[in-house]
Amino acid sequence: MKKYSVFAIAREAMRGHRGWEQQWTSPEPKAEYDVVIVGAGGHGLGTAYYLAKEHGITNVAVLEKGWLGGGNTGRNTTIIRSNYLYDESAGIYDHALKLWDGLSQDLNYNVMYSARGVMMLAHNVHDVQSLKRHVHANRLNGIDNEWLTPEQAKDYCPPLNISRDARYPVVGASLQRRGGTARHDAVAWGYARGASARGVHIIQNCEVTGIRRGPNGAVTGVETSRGFIGAKKIGVVAAGNTSVVMSMAGVRMPLESYPLQALVSEPVKPVVPCVVMSNTVHAYISQSDKGELVIGAGTDQYTSYSQAGGLHILEHTLDAICEMFPVFTRMKMLRSWGGIVDVTPDRSPILAKTPVGGLYVNCGWGTGGFKATPGSAHVFAHTIARDEPHPINAPFTLDRFRTGRLIDEAAAAAVAH
Amino acid sequence: MLLIRCPYCEEERPEIEFRHAGEAHVARPSDIASISDEEFEAFFFIRANTRGTVYERWRHVNGCARFFNAVRDSVSDRFIMTYKAGDPKPKKLPGV
Repeated sequence: MKKYSVFAIAREAMRGHRGWEQQWTSPEPKAEYDVVIVGAGGHGLGTAYYLAKEHGITNVAVLEKGWLGGGNTGRNTTIIRSNYLYDESAGIYDHALKLWDGLSQDLNYNVMYSARGVMMLAHNVHDVQSLKRHVHANRLNGIDNEWLTPEQAKDYCPPLNISRDARYPVVGASLQRRGGTARHDAVAWGYARGASARGVHIIQNCEVTGIRRGPNGAVTGVETSRGFIGAKKIGVVAAGNTSVVMSMAGVRMPLESYPLQALVSEPVKPVVPCVVMSNTVHAYISQSDKGELVIGAGTDQYTSYSQAGGLHILEHTLDAICEMFPVFTRMKMLRSWGGIVDVTPDRSPILAKTPVGGLYVNCGWGTGGFKATPGSAHVFAHTIARDEPHPINAPFTLDRFRTGRLIDEAAAAAVAH
Repeated sequence: MLLIRCPYCEEERPEIEFRHAGEAHVARPSDIASISDEEFEAFFFIRANTRGTVYERWRHVNGCARFFNAVRDSVSDRFIMTYKAGDPKPKKLPGV
């Protein structure tokens, strides 16, 4: 792998940019690997990267039924934050946030992490109590989060409407300054490049159709659209399709898959300097470096694998955006899309061993997995390599729905689910 | 937006009149206090989450307010049929 630098740009400029190499290779699958990762999104590619970099396991394949980063990694609204209520969540999301800071240098690939701040609006007494509880819980966990008056919120985000006459007036806000955004595609590409350079095989257009198990019940490999591929260990990182893949090994999951939609506006000059979220009016917004307003909606109400949702969900979200930012009422929307998110009953992820030997699962990130990508990949690689969870993901077991040790962000989430 | 036929109102109505109510034909154990943790997990938390034909409950909350069951393709979101609550799971589906 040739290192990217200002000197590389100068060198290639001198010779007509003919020396750039492919960022990752596309090898033919081998007969067997030590580890097969199912799903080449950010979490899966990151897992392969950390398996190679931190654990020296390079005989790894990442199988992807479509194209790399084409699922929820390429469909999310790129928001990064770690202001979750519970200690377990704070641990894993802040682990990720610490890795975001420095990820571009680690990967030698600009993931455009921008700590522009994530502001959450309070519109009523309940919001104030809930957000202040989060502020205090976060600070006890060493996570920055602070309380703003409406005037301070408007100073931080000038287009915000803080009029007392608004239907849902802003009565305060919490602000995590280390929160922000990153370039979602670059995260997948950067991890793919780093993993490929260390010998990991990234195999696209290769759909897993079955999981083969030996006489002792442990996995022996996967059936795919490109034939059988042997594997000593399998890590399933298939987001909305996790239930489908896990059923191939006979494991039933506590998951439901829902459509989640997002949309972007026409590009305009910089106007929204941070991320703004509101649970009560149910919308969130940021502005990409291209100038598009990136707007996230809530999930549709029914389970689906269609990667599309209802228009009334988007209308509801745009109502909320126009409520918070009257300046955008005549903005044109360019495109909208949907992804399929896998939701657990307690709205916390599962990163764990499974009842099947050699089979590991990383799923249940629901509506907010992008922010966790580096942390999730890092501890999941540890789980696969050592056959035991990292202390950070130890609480995120699959059997917590039997033992009752739930991590109940569902009721206390900082985010609109 | 989905168009859903309520089997009680015998009409196709827009989705915003309805509330999705999860997987259908999940039987609540008659003596919930006596079942094991594994059985409770299977009843309460585990879901089929099928990619393909799903059996699910809906409630016509802004209409007749009654629960009913539906069969839908979860890839195309096309409804195959709806039927009244308490009716058995259909063995043969129309047009399948």
